[in-house]
Amino acid sequence: MFRHAAKLLRRPVPTTSPAASAVSRRPFSSDLPAAETADPAFVEAWKKLVPNIEPPKTPLSFMQPRPATPASIPTKLTVNFVLPYASELSAKEVDMVIVPATTGQLGVLPGHVPTIAELRPGLMSVHDGNDVTKYFVSSGFAFIHANSFADIIAVEAVPIDRIDANLVQKGLAEFTQKVNSASTDLEKAEAQIGVDVHSALNSALTG
Amino acid sequence: MKSVKNIQKITKAMKMVAASKLRAIQTRAENSRGLWQPFIALLGDTPSIDVKKNVIVTVSSDKGLCGGINSTSVRLSKGLLKLNSGPDKEPKYVVVGEKAKVQLIRDSRKHIHLTISELTKIPLNYTQVSVLADDIIKNVEFDALKIVFNKFHSVVSFIPTVSTVLSPEVVEREVESGSGKLGELDSYEIEGGSTRGETLQNLAEFQFSCVMFNAVLENACSEMGARMSAMDSSSRNAGEVLDRLTLTYNRTRQAAITTELTEIISGASALEG
Repeated sequence: MFRHAAKLLRRPVPTTSPAASAVSRRPFSSDLPAAETADPAFVEAWKKLVPNIEPPKTPLSFMQPRPATPASIPTKLTVNFVLPYASELSAKEVDMVIVPATTGQLGVLPGHVPTIAELRPGLMSVHDGNDVTKYFVSSGFAFIHANSFADIIAVEAVPIDRIDANLVQKGLAEFTQKVNSASTDLEKAEAQIGVDVHSALNSALTG
Repeated sequence: MKSVKNIQKITKAMKMVAASKLRAIQTRAENSRGLWQPFIALLGDTPSIDVKKNVIVTVSSDKGLCGGINSTSVRLSKGLLKLNSGPDKEPKYVVVGEKAKVQLIRDSRKHIHLTISELTKIPLNYTQVSVLADDIIKNVEFDALKIVFNKFHSVVSFIPTVSTVLSPEVVEREVESGSGKLGELDSYEIEGGSTRGETLQNLAEFQFSCVMFNAVLENACSEMGARMSAMDSSSRNAGEVLDRLTLTYNRTRQAAITTELTEIISGASALEG
C-alpha cells in the first residue's frame, strides 16, 4: 500500500489556471524535453478523419513549458539569444540586456513591460554583474515576456571583438559611393542598407 | 553471386557516406532548434485553427533510397488536406523535394501550387532558405501555413511533425477574439513607430523563414539517418542472400562432382567384371 503512496506523491500536480496553462513554456535550445503536450482539438479532429495514421507531433510537444508570470518582480532576467546557427545564450540569468531596437537602444530589466521589438543593425550588450558581453546584431526581433523572459532572435550576430575596423571603414566608403552612383530604386535601397549596417558597425566599434 | 557482392559493397559505401553527411548536418540541426521556440512562446501553437486558405508545405528529399520517411510525410500531408478540406476551404500544397512531388502528383495534382527541388545541392544555409520562404510567401496566398517534415530524434527514430505559421490577418483576428495564447498578445507593447499589423507582418515572415530553416535541416538529418539504416539493412540482406547462394553453389558443385565420380566408378566396375 505504501509503495503506491510514494508513486502518487511523486506525480506532479498539473497546473490548471487558464491564463497560465497555454502561457507557461520554457524553451530548451537543443534536445527534446520530456513535456509531451499537444493540442487536443487537433489530435481529436485528426483521429476522426484519418484514423489509420498516428497524428503528427506539433512543436508544442518539443518545448518545455515556460514559467508563469510571478507575483513579484524577479531579480534576474532570463535571456535566450538565438541565431539560425546556434543558440548563443539559452536561459541565461542576467541583470540587464540592451538591444538595438528600431527606435534606439532599448534597455531591458527584470519586470519589463511585455514588448515586441524589431531590431535594426546595432550593438547588443548583455550585463551580468560586472561582465558585459557585446555583440553586433544584424537584425531580428526581441520579445520580452511578462515573466521576465527575453527572447532575442537575430539573423546574424558577432561578438564585437571579431570585427575588423579597417574593413568596416572600407565597406562604409564603398557603400556610400554606391548610394551616390545608384541608378534604380532597388540598387539605391541595397546600397543604403549597406551604408546603414556599416555606419552602425562603426558606431558599435567606437561607442 | 558477383552481382550480389557488388550490391553489398555499394550499399555499404552508401551507408558510410550517409553517416558522414549525417554527422555534419546533425550539429547544425540541433543548433537551429532554438530558433522557433521564441515564436511558440509568444504566439502559441494552434494546429487546429480554422482558416479558409491552408497551405501545406511538404518537405521531402530529392534522392531516394532513404527508407519510408518521404511516404510518411506524404501520408501526413494527405491527412492534413482531408482535415482541412470542406466547403469554402481550399487547401493547397507547396512541395519541396522531388520524392514528395512524384507521389503527390499522382492523385492530388490540382492541389499543388508550387514545387521546389534541388534544395540540397548546395549546403543549406539560412540565406537560401529565407529567399525560398520569401518566394513562397509572395506567390501563395495563405491564412495558415502548415509545414510537414520529419523531425530528427535519433539515428533510428524520426518523428513526423507539423508546424503551423499563421498569417498576420489571422493573428490579428485571434488577438481580437481574446482567446488562448494569442489573446494575450494585446498586452504586448510594440516598440517603434509601426503599427501592430505591420510588426505582425514582419514577424510572420520571419517566423516562416526560421521554421522552414529548422524544418529543412531536420528533414535532411532524418533523410541521412533513414538512408543509413536502409542501406545497413540492405547490406545485411545482401550478405544473407550471398550466403545462401554460396551454399547452393557449393552443394551443386559437390553434387556434380559426386555424379561424375559415380559414373566413372560404375563404368570402371562394369569393365572389371
